Amino acid sequence: RALLSRPAAALRPLRGLAAGPEMHFGFQSVTEEERREKIYQVFESVAKKYDVMNDSMTLGIHRVWKDILMHKMNPSPGTLLLDVAGGTGDIAFRFINYVRSVRERQLQRKLKHHQNLSWQEIFESYQKDKFNSLGDSQVVVCDINREMLKVGKQKAQHLGYSEGLSWVLGNAEELPFDDDKFDVYTIAFGIRNVTRIDLALQEAYRVLKPGGRFLCLEFSRVSNPLLSRLYDLYSFQVIPVLGEVIAGDWRSYQYLVESIRQFPPQEELKAMIEDAGFFKVDYENLNFGIVAIHSGFKL
Amino acid sequence: EEEEEEEGWHRLYPGHIPTSSLQKALLAAGSAAMALYDPYRHDMVAVLGETTGCLALPNLRDKMKNHPEGYCILQERPHIRLSTLDMARLQGLPDGSLGREYVRFLEDNKVSPDTRMLPKFVDDEELAYVILRYREVHDLMHTLLGMPTNMLGEVVVKWFEAIQTGLPMCVLGAAFGPIRLSTRKLQVLATELVPWAIRSGLNASCVLNVYYEQRWEQPVESLREELGIFPPP
Repeated sequence: RALLSRPAAALRPLRGLAAGPEMHFGFQSVTEEERREKIYQVFESVAKKYDVMNDSMTLGIHRVWKDILMHKMNPSPGTLLLDVAGGTGDIAFRFINYVRSVRERQLQRKLKHHQNLSWQEIFESYQKDKFNSLGDSQVVVCDINREMLKVGKQKAQHLGYSEGLSWVLGNAEELPFDDDKFDVYTIAFGIRNVTRIDLALQEAYRVLKPGGRFLCLEFSRVSNPLLSRLYDLYSFQVIPVLGEVIAGDWRSYQYLVESIRQFPPQEELKAMIEDAGFFKVDYENLNFGIVAIHSGFKL
Repeated sequence: EEEEEEEGWHRLYPGHIPTSSLQKALLAAGSAAMALYDPYRHDMVAVLGETTGCLALPNLRDKMKNHPEGYCILQERPHIRLSTLDMARLQGLPDGSLGREYVRFLEDNKVSPDTRMLPKFVDDEELAYVILRYREVHDLMHTLLGMPTNMLGEVVVKWFEAIQTGLPMCVLGAAFGPIRLSTRKLQVLATELVPWAIRSGLNASCVLNVYYEQRWEQPVESLREELGIFPPP
């Protein structure tokens, strides 16, 4: 019945790796170049309504997922983060908030230990540290799509984020950064849209410092059969409708739900990350596997 | 065959998005809510029309089939677009003629016939044309009824169209459109305009059965009489 079934095309075995010139764009079969272009157009089209749509589709839960990612990262002040496919800045802003609050606690603890200082000395030390509210932490937001970056920059301005934040136009498969540069590399809901996942993982490995951490937050496979059916029903029946009503764009959101089905499941992605050279690769399922956080270290 | 496989079932016309009944129901509800919330979302009004027109559209199509001019339109599938209209010629026609008044209407209200949305959610190729024809003819309705494109004028035209076509979208638009009008306008609406629109709508023959492209020279008054539209107040 049309209600529960999605289009007759069975899931093609083509996954992230380019198996010859034929690739998947959702359930369609396209060439590598076509895929890149189509995906670019999808995000160009949805950029302005991206955040609204995320909230509507996930009923705001995507915020919790991103918070969990940040807690897992647990960055300390002085961390240099590269957020790839970071478009509208959700991860970057959370990072800044996190290190700021850690820094504040650090400063408070320092002050407590300076009980025997004079008022003058305490005031001076406070002044010195005030200009370092981030503790030299920095985040570089890298995205391939100009429109998404534009929205991100506007958001940053609107919310008052300026310190420690940079915006770079770049391709995850070929990053415009030197080797061994970053402490942490994140890619949240972006790796699914990369055409050559293996290249993106290799690039991630390259730009991380030794000891650096790779973190990937992405939609994944729900193994529970009942939940899986409900999830499919919601994905295929409701989400494109939301896309049409809220963003006036059915097709982009149809692509989105299809691309989730085409993406490698947890174990397969773990293997791919290991192939790129990462160690201690692990994953954590959120919401029964609707979303998963994969983590690895460059040693 | 790859192209068809990708959607699972056929795309019947360019721009067609096949939808399940559940999706149509959700779309109808969502588009109605969004159209009320943000009246500038004309695309939502269009979607509402497509998802709720499953009874009215076949009805309209049959009316057209059973009328010689309507049948002709269904066969030839004319489109009212800037590319198919000879604007210079229409402007040169005498005042009072359909063509001249139509162009005047477009200029005065700063609208263009090319802003009509193509249907997406109608699952029948012929019905998709019918709803597209209804959209393209809408500006001519304004001309025939002498109504401008402000909120008041649109509501009046919607009342007329609701009677004429039976499309639920028109009925909803006619019923909920007045919500955003001032009391003074509502008074005019209720006492003069709507009764006139209803009378004309009931009296007139089906407006989709007129091959407008062949009648540009005809005076508007004469066309009104022929159709059975009473003179505007």
